[in-house]
Amino acid sequence: MELSFYLVQLLNAIQYGFLLFLVASGLTLLFGIMGIINLAHGSFYMLGSYLAYWLTGVTGSLWLGILLGLPIALAVGYLVERFAISFLFKLDHLYQVLLTFALILVFNELQQILWGTDVHSVPIPAILSGSFQLTENQSYPVYRLFISAACIALAGAMYWVIQKTRLGMTIRAGASNREMVQALGINVNRLFAFVFSMGVGLAAFAGMLAAPIDSVYPGMGDNVLIISFVVVVIGGTGSIKGAFVGAMLIGLVSTFGKVLLPEMASVVVYALMAIILLWRPQGLFGKVA
Amino acid sequence: MTSRTRNLSLFMALVALVLFPLFGSSFYVGLVTRIFIVAIFALSLDLLIGYTGLVSFGHAAFFGIGGYALAIAFQDAAVIHIWQALPLSLAAAGLAALVVGWISIRTSGVYFIMITLAMAQMFFYYFFESSRFGGDDGIFLFFKPVLMIGSEDILKLDHENNFYYFALACLVSGYLFLVMILRAPFGKVITAIKANEHRVRALGYSTNGYKLVSFVIAGTLAGLAGFLEGAHTGYVNPSYMSWHESGVCIAIVILGGMGTLYGPIVGAFIIVLLQNFLPELTGHWQLLLGGIVIAVVLFLPRGATSLFPRIIAFFRSKQKIDPKGPTDG
Repeated sequence: MELSFYLVQLLNAIQYGFLLFLVASGLTLLFGIMGIINLAHGSFYMLGSYLAYWLTGVTGSLWLGILLGLPIALAVGYLVERFAISFLFKLDHLYQVLLTFALILVFNELQQILWGTDVHSVPIPAILSGSFQLTENQSYPVYRLFISAACIALAGAMYWVIQKTRLGMTIRAGASNREMVQALGINVNRLFAFVFSMGVGLAAFAGMLAAPIDSVYPGMGDNVLIISFVVVVIGGTGSIKGAFVGAMLIGLVSTFGKVLLPEMASVVVYALMAIILLWRPQGLFGKVA
Repeated sequence: MTSRTRNLSLFMALVALVLFPLFGSSFYVGLVTRIFIVAIFALSLDLLIGYTGLVSFGHAAFFGIGGYALAIAFQDAAVIHIWQALPLSLAAAGLAALVVGWISIRTSGVYFIMITLAMAQMFFYYFFESSRFGGDDGIFLFFKPVLMIGSEDILKLDHENNFYYFALACLVSGYLFLVMILRAPFGKVITAIKANEHRVRALGYSTNGYKLVSFVIAGTLAGLAGFLEGAHTGYVNPSYMSWHESGVCIAIVILGGMGTLYGPIVGAFIIVLLQNFLPELTGHWQLLLGGIVIAVVLFLPRGATSLFPRIIAFFRSKQKIDPKGPTDG
C-alpha cells in the first residue's frame, strides 16, 4: 500500500508538472525573446478553463469544446498582443508589470461579467472516466494519465519545432540575441506575435485539460501565474529546458509537500526557489547576465 | 515646479488636512486616515522603485508583517502600549526585509521582480495556512493602542480624530525622514544606482550594500503602515500581504508620480477614493480601475503630479510671460 500510494503521488506530481510546463513555456519564451514580463499569462489559462466549461456545456463534449475553444483563445491572444502587449516593447519592466497587472483586473472582471462568480466543474469525457486499479484500494484515474500523455506529445512536438525546424532556430536565436537576428533580416515582431499566440494557445490548452480535474473558478489564473513565475525563475528565463525541469521540480515538491508537510505545503515551493536562487541567481539554465 | 511652490502647496495641503476633522464627518475622517496609511505604504515603495530603481513586487509582505507583529503579540493584551507595539512592528518588518532583501538583491531586473513576488507569496501562504495565526480569518484586535506615561494616558487611539492625527503625524514624519535620507550622501548614492549602477560600482561603492539598506528602510516604513492599518481596522488577515496589494501599491506610486515624494501621497488619495466610490457606480469597478491604470501607463507614465507644473505654467502664461524663461527645475 505504501509504495502504490507514493506511486499515485508521483503520477500526480508529473501530471501537475506537465500542466505547469505548458503555461510556463510561453512565459519563458516571451521573456527570452522580447524581454517582456506578462502577468496576464495566467488569465489565458483561466480563459481556457472557462471556454472548456462553456463549450462543453453547449456542445456536450469536451473534445468539441477544446476544438472550438482553441481558435477562440488564439484569437483573444492575437487581439491582446495587438492592442496591449505590442506597446510594451519600448517600456521599462516596471510599466510592463503595471500594465499587465491592470490587464488581470480587466480580465478577471470580464470573466465575472461573462460567466459569473460561481464555481463550476466540467465532466470527464465518458471514454476516459475509468480508472486503473493499482492495488485493492489504490486506483488511478485514466483521465489524469491522458493529461500527462497529451502533454508529453505536446512537449515532444515543441521540442521538435524548437530544436529541429528553421522556425525553431529563429526562435532560439531570437531568445539569445534579438538584435542580431533582426540584423539578419528576420522580422522579429512577427516572430514574436507567433510565439505569443503559441504561448496563449498552450496556456489555454492547459486550462482546458485541467478543467475536468480542477474546478473552474474566478481568479484561478492568478495562482497558476505565480507558480509559473516560480518555474520560470528556477529554470532561468528564456530556457525551455529550464522551464521543463523547473515545472517538474515544482510539481514534485508541491505534490509531496502536500502529503508530507500539509501545514507548509505552499511555503515549501517558494523556499525551494529561494534556495536555488541563492545557489544560482540566474536560475538553473539561465544565462549569466 | 520650483521647490518654493512645491513646499508652499505641501504646507497648504498639510494645514487643510490638520483642519479637516473639524469639518468632516467621522466616515470621512476614517477614510482620510486610511489614505494616510496607504500613502505611507506607497511612499516606502517609492523609495525602492522611484529612487533606488528596485522594482519590488512583494512589498505588501512587509505591510502585512507589520500588522501581524502587532496582532500576534497583543491579541490577548488588555492594553496595547504604542511604545511597545510600534517598535516591535517596525523591527519585525525590517528584519523580514533584511532577509528577503539579502536573497533578492543578488539578482536584478525581471528576476528581482519575480523573486520579491514569490517571497511575498511565501509569507502570504505561511499565514494563510497556519492555524496558529488564525489562517485565512486572520486575527482580531479588540483594543486600540494607547500612549501612556506612568499611568497617565497621553494619546488614546480609540477616538477616530486621535487616530487621524496620529496617522497624519506618522505620514509627515515618514515624509520628512525620506527627505532627510535622500539629501544625505546615502540618498545621492541610491539615486546614482538607479541612474547607472555600473558606474557607481566603478567609483568604489558597494552597491548591493546600499540597495539592501534602502530595501530594509522601505520594508520598515511599510511595517509602520501595516501597524497603523492593523490598529485602525482592528483585524489583520493574510490579504494584507496578497500580491494584489503589492500590485495596487505599484499602481499608486506610478499614478501619483514615482521619484517624487508627494506623488505617492497624491496617488494614495486618487486610488483610495476610487476604491471607495467606484463600487457605488458599478459592480464591475475593477474593470474601470484596470482601464484607468492602463491609460496612465500609456499616456501619463510620469503620473498625475507631472501635470501640476504644466497646469501652473498654463495659468502663469496667461498672466505674464517671464522674460527669463521657465523657472522649472
